[in-house]
Amino acid sequence: MQTHPAKRVEIIIESPMERRLRAALEEADITGYTVLPVLGGSGRSGGWSREGQIGRAGGMVAVVCIVRADRVDGLLDAAFAVLERHIGVVSVTDCEVLRAERF
Amino acid sequence: MDNIFALAQENLLSPIILSFALGLAAALARSDLTMPEAVAKGLSLYLLFAIGFKGGAAVAAHGVDTTLILSLVAGTVLSFALPFLAFAMLRVMTRLSTVDAAAVAGHYGSISIVTFVAASSVLTSQGIDSEGYMVAVAAAMEAPAILAALWLAARRAPAEALAAGGGVAAASQPGLLREVLLNGSLVLLVGSFLIGMATGAEGMAEISPLITDPFKGVLCLFLLDMGLVAGRGLRENRTAVAVGALAFAVLMPLISAAIGYGTGLALGLSAGGVALLMTLSASASYIAVPAAMRVALPEANPSVYLTLSLCVTFPFNLIIGIPLYVAIATGGA
Repeated sequence: MQTHPAKRVEIIIESPMERRLRAALEEADITGYTVLPVLGGSGRSGGWSREGQIGRAGGMVAVVCIVRADRVDGLLDAAFAVLERHIGVVSVTDCEVLRAERF
Repeated sequence: MDNIFALAQENLLSPIILSFALGLAAALARSDLTMPEAVAKGLSLYLLFAIGFKGGAAVAAHGVDTTLILSLVAGTVLSFALPFLAFAMLRVMTRLSTVDAAAVAGHYGSISIVTFVAASSVLTSQGIDSEGYMVAVAAAMEAPAILAALWLAARRAPAEALAAGGGVAAASQPGLLREVLLNGSLVLLVGSFLIGMATGAEGMAEISPLITDPFKGVLCLFLLDMGLVAGRGLRENRTAVAVGALAFAVLMPLISAAIGYGTGLALGLSAGGVALLMTLSASASYIAVPAAMRVALPEANPSVYLTLSLCVTFPFNLIIGIPLYVAIATGGA
């Protein structure tokens, strides 16, 4: 099976910022992404968990984008403008995709 | 005084408080008891709808008067003013940064609708009437405190404490006010209040089996979840807050309740209405305000304000505050 190199950008961000991040990504023409719930975790600002939460303030979400390597900088610029002052983690990893024309 | 102890004892042994205590104890003991997020949200939606609808139906039965308008204005003013008092107390009692103090202060001006629901439930079980429109007052008290907190952060925080584009820019975050005013809880509470007002006793009779009979049972389950969340928060963030902040989280509700008491008397509210206004004034937000603070004041530490409002003030109001406020409002002190 023929595969093609791509970049996987994973952004873990506070739930209340999700809408703003998505808007920034779409503004930067990054229209393909997946939002995943985060069960819980811990970091510099303490622990969090989805369990039993009724508000979004204490939760986090993961936004995963897979893009061509030449689009990573634009994506990170757009994301960083939103994330700069907020709790979160941004990571970029190499990956392979099957249908390159979709990215 | 006897009345306070009797009410406190009755309150402590109620299924509602015992359910909360169970959740709290289970979380502190590291039990794997959990409430799925979707179930917790479902229960909260039910409670908001039921309390809003009942409030609207009560207003439809008793009519609208000038006290309603004055109560809404008073609630709005209280919500905006209380953060300034809270901020001043925090600066004296704690070593919190200005931004953290402003964020915490915002929580103590806004309200906890679950505390309000619990107080309403206590009043109902005591056979004490209250003004149905207190639900609308609760809704009016959600947002002004957020504006006060952002103003405090923008005016009082040293420039270096806020990152580039700090508090002032954050306060004007596009869509923030809209998000606060249209947050799901507020929309459901106000919406169900209006539906209750529009449909009145007839509407109430139609859906009473859903919103009246199961109410206390659902509240028990919900408070079990709140106990779990509060217990987990206490366990995980017990080092995040100092003794001074803990003392603030107990003292502030008492002072706010006293202000609410005076305001309620000045408005001419019934004893039940005064107790609810005291409860609203004393309660601290842990849904709407934390979400707004995460967007507008990300420099503020969520472990501090969530621990204080959810893990200290909420249990304090539930266990000690509500029976105290009800006893004082009904003249039993």
